[in-house]
Amino acid sequence: MSMFRDITIGQYLSGSSVVHRLDPRTKITIVGVFMVVLFTAASATAYGVLIAFTALAVALAHVPTGMLFRGLRPILFLLLLTFVLQLFLTRGRVLFELGPLVATWEGLRLGVFMVLRLLLLLVVASLLTLTTSPVSLTDGLEAILAPFGVVGVPAHELAMMMTIALRFIPTLMEEADKIMKAQMARGADFETGNPLRRVRSLVPLLVPLFVSAFRRADELATAMESRCYRGGTKRTRLNRLKAGALDALAAAATAVMALVVIGLRWWPFR
Amino acid sequence: MSIETRDLTHVYMSGTPRAIAAVDGISLRIEDGEAVGIVGPTGSGKSTLVQHFNGLLRPTSGHVLVDDTDLWGAGAAGRGRGRRVDLRGVRRKVGLIFQFPEHQLFEETVLADVSFGPRNLGLPAAEIKDRVAEALRIVGLGADGAEGIGRRSPFGLSGGQMRRVAIAGVLAMRPSTLVLDEPTAGLDPRGRAGLLDTLADLHHKLGLTLVVVSHNMEDLAFLVDRVIVLDKGKIVGDGPTREVFSRPDRLRSLGLDAPPVVGLMHALAARGAKVRTDLLYPEEAVAEIMRWLGTRAKGRRGRRPSGGARGKDGAGEGGDGASVHV
Ligand SMILES: Nc1ncnc2c1ncn2[C@@H]1O[C@H](COP(=O)(O)OP(=O)(O)OP(=O)(O)O)[C@@H](O)[C@H]1O
Ligand SMILES: [Mg+2]
Repeated sequence: MSMFRDITIGQYLSGSSVVHRLDPRTKITIVGVFMVVLFTAASATAYGVLIAFTALAVALAHVPTGMLFRGLRPILFLLLLTFVLQLFLTRGRVLFELGPLVATWEGLRLGVFMVLRLLLLLVVASLLTLTTSPVSLTDGLEAILAPFGVVGVPAHELAMMMTIALRFIPTLMEEADKIMKAQMARGADFETGNPLRRVRSLVPLLVPLFVSAFRRADELATAMESRCYRGGTKRTRLNRLKAGALDALAAAATAVMALVVIGLRWWPFR
Repeated sequence: MSIETRDLTHVYMSGTPRAIAAVDGISLRIEDGEAVGIVGPTGSGKSTLVQHFNGLLRPTSGHVLVDDTDLWGAGAAGRGRGRRVDLRGVRRKVGLIFQFPEHQLFEETVLADVSFGPRNLGLPAAEIKDRVAEALRIVGLGADGAEGIGRRSPFGLSGGQMRRVAIAGVLAMRPSTLVLDEPTAGLDPRGRAGLLDTLADLHHKLGLTLVVVSHNMEDLAFLVDRVIVLDKGKIVGDGPTREVFSRPDRLRSLGLDAPPVVGLMHALAARGAKVRTDLLYPEEAVAEIMRWLGTRAKGRRGRRPSGGARGKDGAGEGGDGASVHV
């Protein structure tokens, strides 16, 4: 019932590990590079490298793995579905047959890769928000987007929107949890029935959730305006970002990882 | 309905560094027909505790018994799937009203929203209509009820009215126990008084068992006969309302306040007045103070012949009397 509370993306766990201390711009860039590299990976070795890189980052961040994995629980179903679809829908050498369905070796391989890809993506994204406070996350994003300002990209506004969205994910999860319980107290049933019934049973959850989201948005806007918030131009900031030796090291490690994984793609003996 | 917990513990986010035992080994029993208040500082586990009363939360360990039936089977700690208690049945009988219940409204009309519960019970249409009308009447939206307010959107109502609609939504299930989490939070004085009267009627006239979580000691003094005090997930006090509230210093050490009347009587007693300190209601206090003033006046009249020269003393007392009178 408190499944909504287990989602870790968007939560911040303060700490002083090396990963916490990295400049947010470095971390965001690394995550970006990692995602691109992730989509070029096509061999067991490549995935091995990516897993090792992720594991190292998790270990250095001192984030409890239990917490990371709990965050993955809500998407287990999605992972399973992905795996099963790949397993049965890929053509190739027969692994086993299940009635009209044929599972293939190629499907197995693709399925495992897909699941790994999704898992790594989520873990790395969670790790970013777990180790970066929302404030420095915005600062980092804004700094990265700023150069695009010349072609009309509203860097500050975009960064602000993302931070607010991230900030409100846990709040909305909590709210969803509460509303769900309140409706269950009135005999609502979210767990049984055919798919159509189940979708309909979400109405009593979603309507109040949207109402509350709009109410919160309104309150936040008022609060920001009453403190004279106005767009990004000419705003000065309290803390200036500083990148140091640690950032150089992290960037170098990432570059090596990226070169290896991309290299493996064209390596003849994989 | 009777509600009992045995060594009830609830841990949130177990297995993470933020794991917290919000409820920590609580054993209590609430008898059928009682009106019980639950107080405690913020984060003491009140809301967590009451969400076990209708099986919304599953204990991490320990037992919850409603009408002497264990909600989670013999071994609550185990994940055993043996004999399952019908939790929906329990939720029908133990109505739980969350803090700010107006946030759960979702239907297009008040009537539709109040009927959500009865519809979930699968009742016939006529019965649903009866129950909805009855529930709206109980919460004081009856006069123009079915046709007046009933066809309106719940989102266009005032905060107080929305809360009444939400409470009606639970009452329409005809629970025999009502559990309310901070029912008067955020209401204006009139809305609050009206709601308190409604709740008192539910208890005294319709015989509902009442469990009220509140920070407002006056509300509790008005509604309940027994108060349970929680702190850090544990019970630190349990007794008749009068008794629990007659020791304001203990409440204050938990960051809670006794009702103002208790404070007044204690202040008077501390200044040497011979008054009872276990009073809760303004009317009682007035009667007691008048009684005390009466005995003083009598004593003074008796004394006057011998101590007539001490006019200063008399003036001082006159001033005292006047300030109480105001
Ligand atoms: N769903 C949840 N997940 C994790 N922790 C929670 C959850 N709900 C409550 N807690 C934590 O459990 C503790 C007890 O919370 P609870 O809401 O039961 O307290 P309360 O006595 O009702 O407080 P209040 O007076 O503020 O309503 C708090 O420390 C709270 O942060
Ligand atoms: Mg609470």
